[in-house]
Amino acid sequence: MGRTLTFNIFRYNPSDPASSPHMDKFTLDETERMTLFIALNRIREEIDPTLMFDFCCRAGICGACAMVINGRPGLACHTKTKEMPAEITLMPLPVFKLVGDLSVDTGTWFRGMYQKVESWVHTDKKFDPKAQEERMDNALAEQIYELDRCIECGCCVGACGTALMREDFLGAVALNRLARFILDPRDQRTEKDYFDIVGTDEGIFGCMGLLACEDVCPKQIPLQEQLGKLRRKMALAAVKNILPKFLKKDF
Amino acid sequence: MKIIQTDLLCVGAGLAGERVAIEAADNGFSVICLSIVPARRSHSSAAQGGMQAALGNSAMGEGDSPDVHFADTVKGSDWGCDQEVARLFVDAAPIAMRQMAFWGVPWNRVVPGEQTYYKGGKPFTAFEKPENEGLIHSRNFGGTAKWRTCYTSDGTGHCVLYTLDNRAAQMGVSVIDKVEAIALIHDGDTCMGVIARCLKTGELTAYLAKATLIATGGFGRIYRESTNAVICDGGGLITALDTGVVPLGNMEAVQFHPTGIVPTDILVTEGCRGDGGTLLDKNEYRFMPDYEPDKAELASRDVVSRRMTEHMRKGLGVPSPYGDHLWLDIRHLGEAHIRTKLREVDEICQSFLGVDPVYQLIPVRPTQHYSMGGVRTNKDGAAYGLKGLFSAGESACWDMHGFNRLGGNSLAETVVAGMIIGGKIVEFLKGSETVIKTASVRDAMDKQNARIADLVACKNGSENPYTVRNAMFDSIMKGAGIFRNGKDLETCVAELQEILGRARRVGLRSNGKGANPELTMALKIEGMVKLALCVAYGALKRTESRGAHTREDFPERNDRDWLTRTLATWADGADLPTLNYEPATHVFEMPPGDRGYGGGKIIPMNG
Repeated sequence: MGRTLTFNIFRYNPSDPASSPHMDKFTLDETERMTLFIALNRIREEIDPTLMFDFCCRAGICGACAMVINGRPGLACHTKTKEMPAEITLMPLPVFKLVGDLSVDTGTWFRGMYQKVESWVHTDKKFDPKAQEERMDNALAEQIYELDRCIECGCCVGACGTALMREDFLGAVALNRLARFILDPRDQRTEKDYFDIVGTDEGIFGCMGLLACEDVCPKQIPLQEQLGKLRRKMALAAVKNILPKFLKKDF
Repeated sequence: MKIIQTDLLCVGAGLAGERVAIEAADNGFSVICLSIVPARRSHSSAAQGGMQAALGNSAMGEGDSPDVHFADTVKGSDWGCDQEVARLFVDAAPIAMRQMAFWGVPWNRVVPGEQTYYKGGKPFTAFEKPENEGLIHSRNFGGTAKWRTCYTSDGTGHCVLYTLDNRAAQMGVSVIDKVEAIALIHDGDTCMGVIARCLKTGELTAYLAKATLIATGGFGRIYRESTNAVICDGGGLITALDTGVVPLGNMEAVQFHPTGIVPTDILVTEGCRGDGGTLLDKNEYRFMPDYEPDKAELASRDVVSRRMTEHMRKGLGVPSPYGDHLWLDIRHLGEAHIRTKLREVDEICQSFLGVDPVYQLIPVRPTQHYSMGGVRTNKDGAAYGLKGLFSAGESACWDMHGFNRLGGNSLAETVVAGMIIGGKIVEFLKGSETVIKTASVRDAMDKQNARIADLVACKNGSENPYTVRNAMFDSIMKGAGIFRNGKDLETCVAELQEILGRARRVGLRSNGKGANPELTMALKIEGMVKLALCVAYGALKRTESRGAHTREDFPERNDRDWLTRTLATWADGADLPTLNYEPATHVFEMPPGDRGYGGGKIIPMNG
């Protein structure tokens, strides 16, 4: 406590012809239990009412406030200033389209992603409102939940070398999403169906294995493990696809 | 003028909005959802606990039925609810939960054999029947006779929202995010859509629809200390109130949650207490059994919140730089339980407090949490006052919660109401044609353009919208919080009227271009103060205590005079809402009686 914090913040309003990209400096006195959520709101309310940034739940649950904090993608609501140096540099997440200042358009990107991986249960069954629910093993339900915990904050995408280089790369988030459906017995898609979605350089084979996705994931989802599993599975599927029919069996 | 047309327009893409959208899309109608954030960031995602539905699969839920759920809901509402709606809700809830399972929600399931659970901080074993293996499990929540709350660890809202958003994508629902509805288009008789502002570019668009649904969630952000997401500022309710003809119901019924963490007011789930968490005072003494011997920490949340406040008023709170608080103790649940079943709680404590709940106590205080009030609708979800306008979820006063809703009933309401009201909207869409009057569209657009131009030019003044908001915070926290009385409420109403005058004189310091956040605030502040006045004025006039509405000067629940629902409308240019009243319920399946907890006298209906 007692420190004066300096914030270097990226500024640009694409809707204002008079605006050009630059950095602005703001200073604040640090208070007890200060987070970037508290700091950014104070800057906007007390110093510069035009500062654009996103918060929603401010509790690490919704993923709205991802940004690059001293060079590293992370959730601003989570970030306690006492764990930071006195000089803090804030940039918007890369890859996503800039709305203004620290605010980016994650919605469009993620919508594209889940349309591409068809992020829903594929089944030919019909829901019967009179029937008892289909049973599921609780351990399996908990496994699915483990992968379902992703909050689509975009940190893993912002930290991904491949995503920065090629626009069509699906990223760890999409591969994790697919892994969730592969695990789910309600989804009747076959291995080949999954392969058609991610068995390319846009998907599983585009990953350079830099591991940054997992490093920055605020929910500590084992992204690399899913990626590894998926890659092995898809590599086997690829081999199976070229084998003569009589040699195919379940690997 | 940019115009987009659709059959159903859902303002809000949380659980209620998307569930309604899916029902309409499933029946072949075109649907657009507008959302101020990407749909999956809706506040629904933050609900950790679960959804109540009488499935009765678990050992502690055995013997449960919609009838028992109904009785709990009516009691919880302190007989303020519409019993016909409560009945619709409890009967449909099991179907809605099974449908969510069918669409992909990984509900926790029954594990057969002896299981260890906690009640009142003590472990006990229960035997889960082998024949129930793999069915949807349920956990304990406050105020219920049976364990009835379906859950997915502590990410229920998140999982259900992602599943529904997946389903919406599959059904071709168009979700347009970073867009905010700022006014309804109507002619005083029929709603024809909304004028919306793009929060990426600032551009205004007229969205025209045969049916418009307000599903914008709660308005907790009129309070400074709230568990609500920062987007829960009542935007949808403001557009309804601004019509002058659509009433808001029971706005004075505001629920406080017992366990907001100090100082950030982030909620830790009631599941903590359901699983056996206890509340301690500054002497680390467990005080709740002294006040509520039977239910202790598991009495309904209004009761627990008031008992906590009462206890702190006796000087037994823990002093801190942020005011007094109490302790929540979950240490005895053990590391394995806390790190898995209560993981979100664990994360919240570690990330925002630097507290490890396995070894340390969690500082908590009662914090604004849920708005029972909202756009008054009939049992079909149709708003009073305008044809073609509907509402569902927390933004609605449908009204199964009355003056206090039970934990797990609001999250369940979103999908259950979405299913029921979605069906009714489908009937409406099939049965009628809406005539869109171009003059109404043009008038609404012109009015909003003029408002924005005036704010940018500081035509009405240059009050700072944030300063005005802070004045509102001070006033309503003090005057219309957890305990209320005539004197403080009168002061609060007078202050808020003065603040309303200031809100009408706000002007921008910036140029208002693009996604300008100052303009977003400036466009909303007058409406927020009006909502605050609906709460405070309604609370002043309601001279009784019912559910979450507690008058120190009128401690009795007065069924003789107040078995009613408040309806607040706002006439153009007025400084106060107009209050009218209607009977709380037309159907009495269960006559008014004692809730069985919370104490307090009742003045009977014919007393």
